[in-house]
Amino acid sequence: MTHAISRRDVLRGTGALVLAFSLSRHAFALTETGASETPLRGLPGSLDSTPLLDAWIRIEPNGNATVFTGKAELGQGIRTALMQVAAEELKLPIARLTLITADTGRTPNEGYTAASHSVQDSGTALRNAAAQVREILIGEAARRVGASASELSARDGVVIGPGGFHFGYGDLVSEQLLHVDAQPTSILTDPRDFTVMDRPVPRVDIPAKVTGGAAYVQDMRLPGMVHGRIVRPPSYGARLAALDAGPVETMPGVLKVVRDGAFLGVIAEKEWTAIQAMRRLAALARWDETAELPDEARLPDALMALPSRDTTILDVGQPVAPSYAVDGLFSRPYLAHGSIGPSCAIARMEGDALTVWTHTQGVYPLRNALATLLAMPQDKVRCIHAEGAGCYGQNGADDVGADAALLARAVPGRPVRVQWMREQEHAWEPFGPGMVAHLRAALGPDGSIAAWQHDVWSQSHMMRPGPPGTLLAARDIADPFPPAPPVDLPMPEGGGDRNAVPLYVLPNARAVNHFLPEMPLRGSSMRSLGGYLNIFAIESTMDDLAGLSGQDPVDFRLHHLADERARTVVTEAAERFGWKSRPKAPAGSGYGFAFARYKNLEAYCAIALEIAIDQDTGRTVIQRAVAAVDTGQVVNPDGVRNQIEGGIVQATSWTLFESVRFDRRRITSIDWASYPILRFAHVPRHIEVHIVGRPGLPFLGAGEAAQGPTGAAIANAVRDVTGRRLRTLPLDAATVRAAMTASSLPTHSPS
Amino acid sequence: MITFTVNGTQRSVTSDPDTPLLYVLRDELALNGAKFGCGLGQCGACTVLVDGEALFSCITPVMLLEGRSIRTVEGLGTVDEPGPLQAAFIAEQAAQCGYCIAGMMMRAQELLERIPDPDDDDILAALEPQLCRCGTHMRVIRAVKRAAQALAQAQALAQASEGAR
Repeated sequence: MTHAISRRDVLRGTGALVLAFSLSRHAFALTETGASETPLRGLPGSLDSTPLLDAWIRIEPNGNATVFTGKAELGQGIRTALMQVAAEELKLPIARLTLITADTGRTPNEGYTAASHSVQDSGTALRNAAAQVREILIGEAARRVGASASELSARDGVVIGPGGFHFGYGDLVSEQLLHVDAQPTSILTDPRDFTVMDRPVPRVDIPAKVTGGAAYVQDMRLPGMVHGRIVRPPSYGARLAALDAGPVETMPGVLKVVRDGAFLGVIAEKEWTAIQAMRRLAALARWDETAELPDEARLPDALMALPSRDTTILDVGQPVAPSYAVDGLFSRPYLAHGSIGPSCAIARMEGDALTVWTHTQGVYPLRNALATLLAMPQDKVRCIHAEGAGCYGQNGADDVGADAALLARAVPGRPVRVQWMREQEHAWEPFGPGMVAHLRAALGPDGSIAAWQHDVWSQSHMMRPGPPGTLLAARDIADPFPPAPPVDLPMPEGGGDRNAVPLYVLPNARAVNHFLPEMPLRGSSMRSLGGYLNIFAIESTMDDLAGLSGQDPVDFRLHHLADERARTVVTEAAERFGWKSRPKAPAGSGYGFAFARYKNLEAYCAIALEIAIDQDTGRTVIQRAVAAVDTGQVVNPDGVRNQIEGGIVQATSWTLFESVRFDRRRITSIDWASYPILRFAHVPRHIEVHIVGRPGLPFLGAGEAAQGPTGAAIANAVRDVTGRRLRTLPLDAATVRAAMTASSLPTHSPS
Repeated sequence: MITFTVNGTQRSVTSDPDTPLLYVLRDELALNGAKFGCGLGQCGACTVLVDGEALFSCITPVMLLEGRSIRTVEGLGTVDEPGPLQAAFIAEQAAQCGYCIAGMMMRAQELLERIPDPDDDDILAALEPQLCRCGTHMRVIRAVKRAAQALAQAQALAQASEGAR
């Protein structure tokens, strides 16, 4: 008898396994969307990986269209935007479109819905596919009447031609007509002729959400559905020492207690019963805890002391100067995604096939991870996206999918709905990693930046499935999977080093990414990844350099910017805000400005704002924020505004309030009291978003453009008020009050 | 058995008396509006009106509701005929993920019933118990104001037609 090496045997070599990953970061040339970096066919957007037109668009016999995307609605409005793109090029009213989103049984594999790539990947694919489908339909009509295609046109789902003949799309389409590969180029609608794109089409999902419709996976009620809950360990890596589950198994309404190593779950007919059983089970469990977390008060030191794999991502001229005008260490704590709805999934095992309804950002990668976890063939596992609460990156979505799958295996035929509790989401989600950035810069005699050095330390921002070891349950079961290797996302998009290369023209500059393979706290992708801290650091430093050289912060930025689109948004934000003519701020108030192009590849965003600080409490409130944004061709201007407004508010919360708390063993910020976020009392009093239109240019992702500039603009405004440069996030009330007390407010006495 | 009205209809429920109202609404009555957010009365996703007063259904045992009148977002209108507050949220596109919005709207409904013409401070104070993570706050504030205006106009019209009679 041969004996396969168990996963546990492999796991014993964990240390060696991690060390073995001291390879070049390009050995893991995985992008944040999971897509290949090198084009396969040279086709536009995701057509490159899924070229068949009818994988994207099918015309029904009644002439309506069913449109497929591998991307998922996360509350960002992508469903509506993609329908606009398809409707525009199909020349079909949007009401005649049905959009099917991420489903391993039905849609193209577009990796993860992440990295502000959805319009660029899927929107580009759908725009081209829709245009090509339209032309094929026109061609078919031309063939039937023996006319030239150039004499025909399409409108409202009808191909019309000279002499008044017309064919409905449904009459033209036949079995194999659209079962052809896409061509590299398409006849795209001129932006001047748009009737659906670049219009504020109302979101198709909002009516159900404001009337109590079944809008979320949390709202699904499948026949025979039961409710599961999980008992998570008290700390990372804790093993179950003892458990007598008997008292829970005999609770009325409890169907089953599932125990597999340290993975513990309960299944009950009713949700409230499942919650009570979970609490009872948790109280009965005894754990061996081994976690050793860093000293939260000295987190930056702890991070910088970890072994790192260093990559120089920018090296031009002579970045080393004899002395630096600005030399500062910036840091952010671990941040929680903080979804308002705890993660949820429904799984059903029927025969040898598993179906999981999930709000994952990547149905295919999760499908692959679950298949490995459960030792099932991939084609027997289907993951169907259903909306959850906003996730802003990887929250507990994938983990709870695995939880539900493991419980479903215990009650074949019955759908099991599992939702995490608030404390589980707060303690166990993969946080946005804590980070440090060290910036040094020198000024030349002409007031230009003469030398610049940026060092950034961060663990991985990309610990999503595929490998099953990314899933909590896979680490807890009796025969656990090894921890997934840490992924260092490569440039140009980067991970912890995202936006660490300034867009400014710097003749002497170096940037080094210190990638930390160890992960003191569980972490993964959170909106803007390293961009938030790197932009915070760069834009704070830019302001300090401007001040030291006696230049206006906006002028100083423009002096170092060559990119015309960057200059335009900076100028636009400054003009709309009235930056040049801003009055002297009253005591306790001040102004801040910041700019970045997200990833140096996506949307451009500049923000000018005014804050007021309550002198007694140190609490900061934005009085007015003005943003200018260039997202290339706009699909839905109101969608862009919603994303930028939301980005400003969310980043204001990160900047002023947020910090994951922990002691040397456990996460201690486990609810909204211990992890406060911004509430209505502290919302900005006014936000304006100005879109710089770029008709006909490629789509640029907008969902993560505002976060970095917001944090930096607030810090610059705090400096304007207090005279103090605060580099340690968050700029919470106590921190700002201390800065106020330390400053004598010399420049802002009422005039 | 506990009996109360939900959105104007009398309902009798059999859940254990200590079951929080949230689970009775969602699991026994199959209503989606009230959401589980924290189970701790910290986020407001579960907010409903009980005799016109907004409360956290996730921490309110159903035994306290005998004979009382409960209103959820389903009671404000339908997709086909949205009520004034729902119409205002649609007009302002006041949602991103929307998970918090149904609770947010019930808090706003309570405010509008108490103060028909709220100013910014009234709105901020009223909505303070409600968390939103997407950052849709600015739109929510605008939607509440829009709803207040619509309600005022409707009332003025009603009074005018009353006076004309």
